[in-house]
Amino acid sequence: MKPTFSCEWLHSCAGCEMSLIDLGEALLPLLERMEIVHFPLLMDNKYTHWAGEGGEPELPAADLGLVSGGVANEEQVAVLRALRRSCQTLIALGTCATHGGIPALANEQPQTVIRAAVFADCGPVPLQTPSCLERVYAVDELVQPDLCLPGCPPRPEAIEAAIIAVLDGELPAMFGKSVCETCPTRREGRAATRIARRFLENADGEPNEELAQMRCLLEQGFLCMGPMTAGGCGGSGAPLCVRVRMPCRGCYGPVRPGGNPLLDMMNGLAGQGVDRRSVVDRRSLLRFCGAHVLIRPTPRSR
Amino acid sequence: MAQVVTINAVTRIEGHARIRIRLDDSGTVDDARVEITALRGFEQFVVGRPAEEIPRIVSRICGICPWMHHLAAARAIDGCFGVEPPRAGRLLRELCLVLAHIPDKILHFFFLAAPDFVLGADCDYRVRNVIGLARQEPELAARVARMRRLGQDMLARLGGKAVHPVAGVVGGFSRPLGRDERRELLVDAARLLDFGLFALDFARERVLDQCAAADQPGQVTTGFLGTVDEQGCLRLASGRLRLMRPDGTVREFAAEDYGHHLRELSEPWSLAKTVYAESWGEGFSLDPIAPRGVYRVNTLARLNVCDCIGTPRAQAELQEFRARFGRPAQATLLHHWARLIELVYASERVAELLADDRILDRDVRTPAVPRAGRGVGHVEAPRGTLIHDYETDGRGCITRANLIVGTTHNVAAMNLSVRDAASRLICHGACDETILNRIEMALRAYDP
Repeated sequence: MKPTFSCEWLHSCAGCEMSLIDLGEALLPLLERMEIVHFPLLMDNKYTHWAGEGGEPELPAADLGLVSGGVANEEQVAVLRALRRSCQTLIALGTCATHGGIPALANEQPQTVIRAAVFADCGPVPLQTPSCLERVYAVDELVQPDLCLPGCPPRPEAIEAAIIAVLDGELPAMFGKSVCETCPTRREGRAATRIARRFLENADGEPNEELAQMRCLLEQGFLCMGPMTAGGCGGSGAPLCVRVRMPCRGCYGPVRPGGNPLLDMMNGLAGQGVDRRSVVDRRSLLRFCGAHVLIRPTPRSR
Repeated sequence: MAQVVTINAVTRIEGHARIRIRLDDSGTVDDARVEITALRGFEQFVVGRPAEEIPRIVSRICGICPWMHHLAAARAIDGCFGVEPPRAGRLLRELCLVLAHIPDKILHFFFLAAPDFVLGADCDYRVRNVIGLARQEPELAARVARMRRLGQDMLARLGGKAVHPVAGVVGGFSRPLGRDERRELLVDAARLLDFGLFALDFARERVLDQCAAADQPGQVTTGFLGTVDEQGCLRLASGRLRLMRPDGTVREFAAEDYGHHLRELSEPWSLAKTVYAESWGEGFSLDPIAPRGVYRVNTLARLNVCDCIGTPRAQAELQEFRARFGRPAQATLLHHWARLIELVYASERVAELLADDRILDRDVRTPAVPRAGRGVGHVEAPRGTLIHDYETDGRGCITRANLIVGTTHNVAAMNLSVRDAASRLICHGACDETILNRIEMALRAYDP
């Protein structure tokens, strides 16, 4: 009998699922190795005995489960718990699941404030809808996943490797290096400016030359989250954003387990003599990892 | 006794939704609703961010169409800061936008919708999916998966990442296109066009007659909204908005003026807003017999509002489509047919843009200076007209954001379509898995 496979998405955008499908032709033999029992994007298994108000949904038992997205409402909690109960091995897929991701930027304000503001100009806040939690959570704050695979989205090949490893009875090793450790740009060991440049003009350097010819974007003065960020986005090649001459924004989450990219980055900049006041909107440095109470409501918004 | 039938979750769509159908004592459909159950609050949490960062944040609204959000936002921030990208920057943006339609359409038609038509709406749900399709038609499935990946790879070469791109920046694009890169992209674009033509032929043979059936579930008569150029030709990247009434009369306006024509409201059962055509002056009603203010966006809408398509093969297809179904065509399942005509257009347009030597110009970005302003960026996303509207303060940080995404325009029509489908298919309270799937098909056509 084939191993069974279950896939769910919570407070997410479907980008992780797109990355899985981006395997292209390799997707078909991968899916053929398993029997899909639940995957709302691709197949029609419904939540049994669950209309959505209270109660618990049921999901079919699966040897392997993937879950993308953070958790922001009661229904997502119920689905996540049902998925954990039903899966032998559960992988938290993508940065929303592992660190909250971009939607956890909302954690600067209580969810009720967000809802009220979004509907302010067009009528009452819809009340016959799933009630929201007070903030956006990462998956591991509510259930224990067996593996966390960050990335916004994770590389198709990384998802494939993780699935195959689990099918073969293993858990894959994590990458462990930072974005900078995989970046070929040229470093001179000091920043060219004392202020953090906003990305209002393109990076210096000849754009069609090898990346190794371009000076490090951080040294050019652009805020680049490479030093604090888990690497691997480019596989064995250069980081993906840097390939198109764009600075890293930290989409794989902190490279240091439990790290706080805001503090680490500001300390790093101070060490280079960069004026911290020149960083507009420092809170944005946590833009991919606002779960785990890293982003909290400011006193003003409470 | 009165009863509620719930479809939870709606599947093979691109987000989170459920359908609730209320039956009266006699088992007749009394009401049906599409409930969107998730809200992330982008409009609120982008406030305070430096505007030049927005294109890299709002791409996360949708992992299926991140390019559309990315580029609509980049265009809007151009407006906030008052910069006009150089021509090559504009061409590169359009290239990416149009190219991004291709893997999206392949995904929707073959991975999500086709199982209902090729395997059958009544096929066992465990088989009625892309894996079942791949078992029955392995060569087709392999080609589909390969061509979708090719489109995504081309986007990654242009924009760093296919999913959650980064190269669209305020003022233009993050780097120019090299001559060698262009040569390779042209070869790949030709393969995509071959595939687009093949897909339409395949569908004509196996699927589209089912989409053309006169008595199909999900019927609704509405107006339409889409984007055209000065000649009235179909546009996907920027252009003028054209709003068509159900009787076919049209009115055009600039995207900045959307607030004079469209109005958003909330319904208690859904976290997606509802939008209606306020400028028609008839108000808004979801009365299934006489709806008011309801228009649609997405593929069918775009083909209805445009006078013509600027590329030859897609234009020939449009003429055939129009000769058969009239203008505006209303049948909901015709979205699939229109989607494949747009696949051909997108493939032709990608090749056309790549062949234009001006796309190789080295000047791709106008440097920007943060300032207070307002900018509205609009593109046609696969799911319909996408509007990003921002205001900035003197530091160039966001003070207000309003976003209307494709599916939001369609919320009203999707409710009507689902209600029509449920009313036609559920008799005396009897409904089985096949009937429920047919109701979902009326929703799936909108690719929500």
